[in-house]
Amino acid sequence: MHLELQGITKRFGSLTANDHIDLEVQPGQVHSLLGENGAGKSTLMNVLFGLLSPDQGQIVLNGEVVDIHDPGEAVRRGIGMVHQHFMLVPVFSVTENVVLGFEPTSSLNRVDYRRARDDIRRLSHEFNLDVDPDAIVENLPVGLQQRVEILKALSHDAELLILDEPTAVLTPQEINSLMTIVRALADSGKSVLFITHKLKEVKAIADEITVIRHGRVVGRAKPTASEGELASLMVGRDVQLTVEKTPTSLGDNVLRLRDVVVLDDRGLVAVNGVSLDVRAGEIVAIAGVQGNGQTELVEAIAGMRPVASGTITLGERDITNVTPRQALNAGLGHIPEDRQRDGLVLSMSVADNLVLNTPRREPFARRGTRNLAAVDTNADDLVRRFDIRTTSTQAPVSSLSGGNQQKVIVARELSRPLELLLASQPTRGLDVGSIEYVHRQIVAYRNEGHAALIVSSELDEVLALGDRVAVMFEGAISGVVDPTTSRETIGLLMAGTGVTSDD
Amino acid sequence: MTTESSKKRSRRVHATTGSPVVVTAFALLLGLLVGAVVIISTTPAVLDAWRGLFHSWGAPAHAINVTFDNVGAAYRAMFTGSIIDPPQLWHSLVTGRGWTNALTPLSETLTYATPLVIVSIGVGIAFQTGLFNIGANGQAVIGGIVGAAFGSMVHMPSVFHLPLSLLAGVAGGALCGAIPGLLKAYTGAHEVIVTLMFNYVTYAFLLFAVLSTPFQQPGQQNDIGRTMDSSAQLAPIFGVHSGLRVSYGIFVAAAVVLFAWWLLNRSSIGFDFRVTGANPAAARASGINAKTVIVLVFLISGGLAGLAGVVQVASTTHYVDGGFLIGNAGIGFTAITVALLGRNRPVGIVWASLLFAALGVGGRNMQALTGIPLDLATVIQSAIVLFVATPLLVKEIFRLRGTAQGSLQLATKGWGS
Repeated sequence: MHLELQGITKRFGSLTANDHIDLEVQPGQVHSLLGENGAGKSTLMNVLFGLLSPDQGQIVLNGEVVDIHDPGEAVRRGIGMVHQHFMLVPVFSVTENVVLGFEPTSSLNRVDYRRARDDIRRLSHEFNLDVDPDAIVENLPVGLQQRVEILKALSHDAELLILDEPTAVLTPQEINSLMTIVRALADSGKSVLFITHKLKEVKAIADEITVIRHGRVVGRAKPTASEGELASLMVGRDVQLTVEKTPTSLGDNVLRLRDVVVLDDRGLVAVNGVSLDVRAGEIVAIAGVQGNGQTELVEAIAGMRPVASGTITLGERDITNVTPRQALNAGLGHIPEDRQRDGLVLSMSVADNLVLNTPRREPFARRGTRNLAAVDTNADDLVRRFDIRTTSTQAPVSSLSGGNQQKVIVARELSRPLELLLASQPTRGLDVGSIEYVHRQIVAYRNEGHAALIVSSELDEVLALGDRVAVMFEGAISGVVDPTTSRETIGLLMAGTGVTSDD
Repeated sequence: MTTESSKKRSRRVHATTGSPVVVTAFALLLGLLVGAVVIISTTPAVLDAWRGLFHSWGAPAHAINVTFDNVGAAYRAMFTGSIIDPPQLWHSLVTGRGWTNALTPLSETLTYATPLVIVSIGVGIAFQTGLFNIGANGQAVIGGIVGAAFGSMVHMPSVFHLPLSLLAGVAGGALCGAIPGLLKAYTGAHEVIVTLMFNYVTYAFLLFAVLSTPFQQPGQQNDIGRTMDSSAQLAPIFGVHSGLRVSYGIFVAAAVVLFAWWLLNRSSIGFDFRVTGANPAAARASGINAKTVIVLVFLISGGLAGLAGVVQVASTTHYVDGGFLIGNAGIGFTAITVALLGRNRPVGIVWASLLFAALGVGGRNMQALTGIPLDLATVIQSAIVLFVATPLLVKEIFRLRGTAQGSLQLATKGWGS
């Protein structure tokens, strides 16, 4: 399908989310829409999918000016959308989810599941989706759930697929197979609009790249452009992708893990005898493909998951199997993996979130009564020091952008006396500017002689931050290496095939 | 383009006024309109007038007059029966007599609102923590029984007897609330089911208690419990002979409002409650012990329900009988809607309780004066809550601006979990 957006403008009050955006997608092409969080990508796609109506401009499909005022219309015209948060019924089967709303019927108005199932098999085979039509959606891994969404769009004969931040929820392997699928879709003549803020993916998959910033098209590029060029287009200034680190002298052992074994929710061994030390003045970064026990290890250290055996020592204190509160009081600063779930209360104010895990500390409370003046003073101070962009310290955290939400957590944790900073996926889903900011804060913290343990599935991040890199594979540490180690070697360790370790 | 948007703006008369408070006020208005429609469609005189619409030239005007007369009379009766009757007041001001008649409506409204405020705040605190206490009525029943038992079967000077009776009621309700709380915290039993079912247990216990020897009123065969000693009663503020029932219970309610305001807005433990209600996962990660919070909230919520029960007994009948708080009239159920209407905030709940009490008390006066059934008050109460629960509808009707955020967001989540 040939799509042309001409001068699309969409305003929300005084905010212009899209300002005269022009975009052209050729049949059989993967067109990437690249921009930071809040650049206006989602607004544009919602306009295209009929969820919002543009104030100005027009949509041209295959040479015909069309007026799309609801998603049903968009679907009928051959536009399919895969949302970042899936729109699936978890307890239904794949087939039921795919036919939902457009059920093929046989006589007596019965749903014709056989036909639907056959269609799914055919499409699944054609594009190598490998989806079982009878599987229950909630039992499928996230990557397969996403394929169900793609199937759903394909079953409605979509000729243009919009993928909204499709890799945000995927593991690296899942990302790879998604890329293969997207390529197959394009090769079959379908057009794909791939929305993302990750430079690597854009370079890997796109035929054409449109970069938008502050609601405007700021550049078009070919995938041959360097990451640096793309990044500077996105943020409007040159981004430093590596962080300056000053040499520090190593201090005492702060965190000591000894033969730690942790079970996952199903009772299977997720962390299998991990021993690791983190000393003052260093950042130890844990690399590894997601799902190799990093999440469980972090939760065990933070007191959120029981330790089956082994010991965890923080400073002088044994914090094996303590409660989260005891871990906090022992001096653990935790930047959780899922910040909106574990790190923030979105409906509460910035000020309250900045004391979320220390509401009883002096001067924030005395004898059970909160001192709101002190809470507000603290908030004013931290908002200034950590450059948190908010209209007010009393505004709910939900009104902040993702990067600023993370800054709230970083500010909260780094502003109290810590033994160890434990950060899990500290920059996931953030825009380039915020990533740089968070990295700088973590490194500054380390430069002051503190200890940090960072877990990330982004190899770049691990290599940029870590003084030592521990690679996890299947619940165990497959090697501890220097960050200057080649990516190939680390890749082998991540795949469990490496044999070297300079530890 | 610009003219279009400016036209839109001018049509939206109440620009930037879509706050929850305004929406609630408009919901109130809509509720009264619904009530008016019910009056019109059920009053024979009004219907007859409209049926004769084309019989004569004067008929339309007549029909409109009759409509306004009837609706007006009904709402006037509600107002004068629940708040103040201006002629009465004028009479008292001029002659200095008849104060009892002039103040009785307000006194009655306050008397009904007092236990309602207390129990609704208990329900509201649970809501703010993301917990549903559907068993407040049963907890109030137990509070009433225990308080009445202490007030009637133990004898001591008033300075101890009254506070201890109230505390006995709190303890009874708290105990009754703690059981579902413990079950939820330690076994994961859903509190809605447990508290709801617990109501029936308490009703059975009530019937058992009022028919059993130690507690049954001596010399009675009926289902009536012992009368509380006067030393344990909440006395009428203006004296037993004033004819005004409003009692010192309103000071108890005021104390509860202050306590709840402090608890939710200023205390550390209340902060834990709100964090738990808004995001249980973040609460856990921040070191809040969910089990402690659940049990504490149910202790407080049940304790306040129990207090409401004993306040109700100690300020009105002074004994419990087999029909005490039973059925849909139970304040523990009204409390759920009152808490929703008051958006789970102590001050909001005070206003909502006063409104519900006034509608109930005024409804009886309306029934007496106009023959329109008391149930109209329930219709209006229900309609108001319905409109409050659908803020988008209210905003659309009155073209209010503002966020689409529902005022009941917090309170209504968690049913599916």
